[in-house]
Amino acid sequence: MPSQPGKPSQVEGSIAIAHAIAACRPEVICAYPITPQTHIVEALARMARLEQLGNCQYVNVESEFAALSVCIGASASGSRAYTATSSQGLLFMAEAVYNTSGMRLPVVMTIGNRAIGGPINIWNDQSDSMALRDAGWIQLHAENNQEAADLHIQAFRLAEQVNLPVMVCVDGFLLTHAFEQITLTDQEKTDAFLPPFEPIQALNIEEPMSIGAMVGPEAFMEVRYLNASQFDESLEPIQSISEEFAALFGRSSGGLFEHYHSEAAQTVVIALGSVNGTIKDVVDNLRDEGASIGSIKISAYRPFPAAQLREALSQAERVIVVEKSFFSGIGGPLFNDVVRSLENSGIAHYSVIGGLGGRAILKKSLIEIFRNGMEESLEPLSFIDLDQKVITRELLRQRAGSHGK
Amino acid sequence: MNLFEVRIHGRGGQGVLSAAEMLSVAVFLEGNFAQAIPNFGSERMGAPVRAYCRFSDREIRSREPVIEPNALIIQDATLINQAETFAGISDDAWVLINSSRDLEELGIERYIRNISPARICVVDATGLARKHIGKPIPNAGLLGGFAAITGLLKFESVEQAIMQKFSGPVGKGNVKAALEAYSQLVASAEHASA
Amino acid sequence: MTTSTVEFHQTGDLTAGNRLQDEQQASRQSTQQRFNSLTAGHRACQGCGEALGARFAIDKVMELTGDRAFVVNATGCLEVFTTPFPESSWNVPWLHSLFGNAPAVATGVAAALRAQGKSDIRVVAQGGDGSTVDIGFGALSGMFERNDDVLYFCYDNEAYMNTGVQRSGATPPMARTATTPIAGANPGNPFGQGKNMPLIAMAHGIPYVATATISHLRDLEAKVAKAMEIRGARYIHIHVPCPLGWGSEPADTVKLARLAAESGLFPLFEAEHGEVTDSSKIRRQVPVEEYLKLQRRYAHLFGKSADAEGIAAIQKIADTNIRRFKLLREEE
Repeated sequence: MPSQPGKPSQVEGSIAIAHAIAACRPEVICAYPITPQTHIVEALARMARLEQLGNCQYVNVESEFAALSVCIGASASGSRAYTATSSQGLLFMAEAVYNTSGMRLPVVMTIGNRAIGGPINIWNDQSDSMALRDAGWIQLHAENNQEAADLHIQAFRLAEQVNLPVMVCVDGFLLTHAFEQITLTDQEKTDAFLPPFEPIQALNIEEPMSIGAMVGPEAFMEVRYLNASQFDESLEPIQSISEEFAALFGRSSGGLFEHYHSEAAQTVVIALGSVNGTIKDVVDNLRDEGASIGSIKISAYRPFPAAQLREALSQAERVIVVEKSFFSGIGGPLFNDVVRSLENSGIAHYSVIGGLGGRAILKKSLIEIFRNGMEESLEPLSFIDLDQKVITRELLRQRAGSHGK
Repeated sequence: MNLFEVRIHGRGGQGVLSAAEMLSVAVFLEGNFAQAIPNFGSERMGAPVRAYCRFSDREIRSREPVIEPNALIIQDATLINQAETFAGISDDAWVLINSSRDLEELGIERYIRNISPARICVVDATGLARKHIGKPIPNAGLLGGFAAITGLLKFESVEQAIMQKFSGPVGKGNVKAALEAYSQLVASAEHASA
Repeated sequence: MTTSTVEFHQTGDLTAGNRLQDEQQASRQSTQQRFNSLTAGHRACQGCGEALGARFAIDKVMELTGDRAFVVNATGCLEVFTTPFPESSWNVPWLHSLFGNAPAVATGVAAALRAQGKSDIRVVAQGGDGSTVDIGFGALSGMFERNDDVLYFCYDNEAYMNTGVQRSGATPPMARTATTPIAGANPGNPFGQGKNMPLIAMAHGIPYVATATISHLRDLEAKVAKAMEIRGARYIHIHVPCPLGWGSEPADTVKLARLAAESGLFPLFEAEHGEVTDSSKIRRQVPVEEYLKLQRRYAHLFGKSADAEGIAAIQKIADTNIRRFKLLREEE
């Protein structure tokens, strides 16, 4: 494939991500295939076979739980380690996800965002990374494939600086399988940006240590507190590393969040991931009509930049949170985080849920929703293009006790 | 170049995604922005598949499906009797259908009622593929046809895009199929004004 | 003058170090120079078979590698009684992650060492029967299938001991555990299919599989030495009686291990690439009752509700092992 690092190419998002991972010189790559992450790991497997990854060991395993466990062993032995998964795979490795952050191992993992079953669904939404948002991993979200690739480079640097694992979330199909113009990273700049891994602790012969001891009531609270406080402190390096990246590579990505005409807007839309691209087009359309509307794309979802977001919204009258996950009992998790950060601010807030299980989010639907929001005729909780006829009919049926017949 | 949106319909195994990919590469090679996104299920061969490709002289940010295609490419004529195939096409859209039959025989008048006949073209891309690469994968031929009828791409860009994707005899064969489709259609189709 | 050869019988596992023998024959464990990979101060129960087995196994590894090995430990008794933060009784580089992933973590350690050009540092993984035959089974099978360069020790005390003696896939038939209690019409663990982990390991065709026991410690050490000469996936299954879980006297731990071996219930053998290459002969076969009656987990087979049929069925297992692995000299 005639694509040159450092110059724009037309490539699939997954390939650009694989290229970025390779440039970061991981020593161990271990992943289990799951739609829609497959093209990333296949590309890396090919590079490994063609000896394009130096000493990197590419390990094929029998499950996602094994994949992240291999990365745990590798990282604890002082090697830079990488894996990727989605949806069911992320849940299958859930125990290991908490174990990685609990042990402060700087593993980087791509999440090709995909809906969690049941029922089974292979298409994009963000319920997977949301399900593990509290597992102590830093979570970064990409809007487009240039950012998807670039965030991985930042992720390794960030992880190894703060000693915490990082998940880079990339919408399945919409990004992973999309072809667009991307400048593949070049090795020299990547090496300048990402020095070799120097672990704070690792298995070694000179100083034998026991890693992974059992911590009882006498010390567990302190360990948890310290992990959480270090986690919160990573907000600053997330931002500074993004700025350093921009200065070196000449293009912006990541950071805590990005304003799009939102500094002075009355209505601000907030979202994660690729839907931000569609939202920007809609914002432009509405602004052309004279609306005071803007959007904020949150790049760092965990830790949540609550204080910074609150400050950024100081001029806003209302926020509309658009998100692609919805959990029974709690509703939209992003909405919950935003509301908490806006406590006592007097800013009105609307939760909009869309795109679940891969249902398309259309510009025309967003236009209507945002207009309603600006007119304050939007429901506190609404769903994009939900088939209300089906819902009504099914609820009637259930209440009549005849569902399933 | 204003935003131009293409929707490609076909079945799994026919190279629908590759068609969108190559189309986006051809556009890129001419210095414009292109985005290609697939839309499929988890079945493998034979299930209906579609791909979206949109291009512009400006960065493309939106990722919604192509709702109002400026051009429709139908790789598998068995899909023409499904209303969704033709959903949203504008009156000045191009429609390019892969079939060995004539337009009249396809019986799709009700879907294309408002479209200028000059913009509806049929090419036997599968036949061309069998002839030049020995396999019934019509995507290259359809790309050549697309370039011909819309005038939006130089044939050389299509050729380069094909050769970037397929090397050796397969690439060359695909290029021949594309060229033959291009030649057939460039003469008969109405060109877009820039 | 006639001469006769003097045979020393007090050798091998029956002695720690016989001064009349070659120093080579004495275990390093009997000297002040033992490695103490697993050192004193851990919190194992009195008479714990696993602590004894692990000490011998890991010390042998450290001796052979000149202290150049990393150890990965699954969750379980061994991990719990050796690393109560902030203390550890391990003098070796040691890593514990989760219950079901020790083989995969070890794979990762080995991959990292390869990437770093340090393949001279060897990798050992260890876990109890619970993590090995049940929850970590998939990961272990994966490690075998890839032939990762890891030596895996399973310390088999035949139940989930650390959590309170619940049955595992390795629990033998008729044994009482907390989840196969002595109650109802069929007390104790059922006569199921069993899960013969050494045979399963052999079915993967890995370079070396062996069974060992803590009553034959020199044999265990020899098998570790054999395994360490080989690169690739290796598996040693070690029988380790548990006085608490088995309801036996702490002082009987080594005796029970010996009785298990000499009854044929725990056959001692080695295999390479799926074929048995050697087995330890039983000097004097003992009926299974002698082994079973010392353990309260089998008390329901004796006394008032004596279960002759049950005992006979267990005897059959022993007899099958003896035949299959040619454990008696007459069988040759």
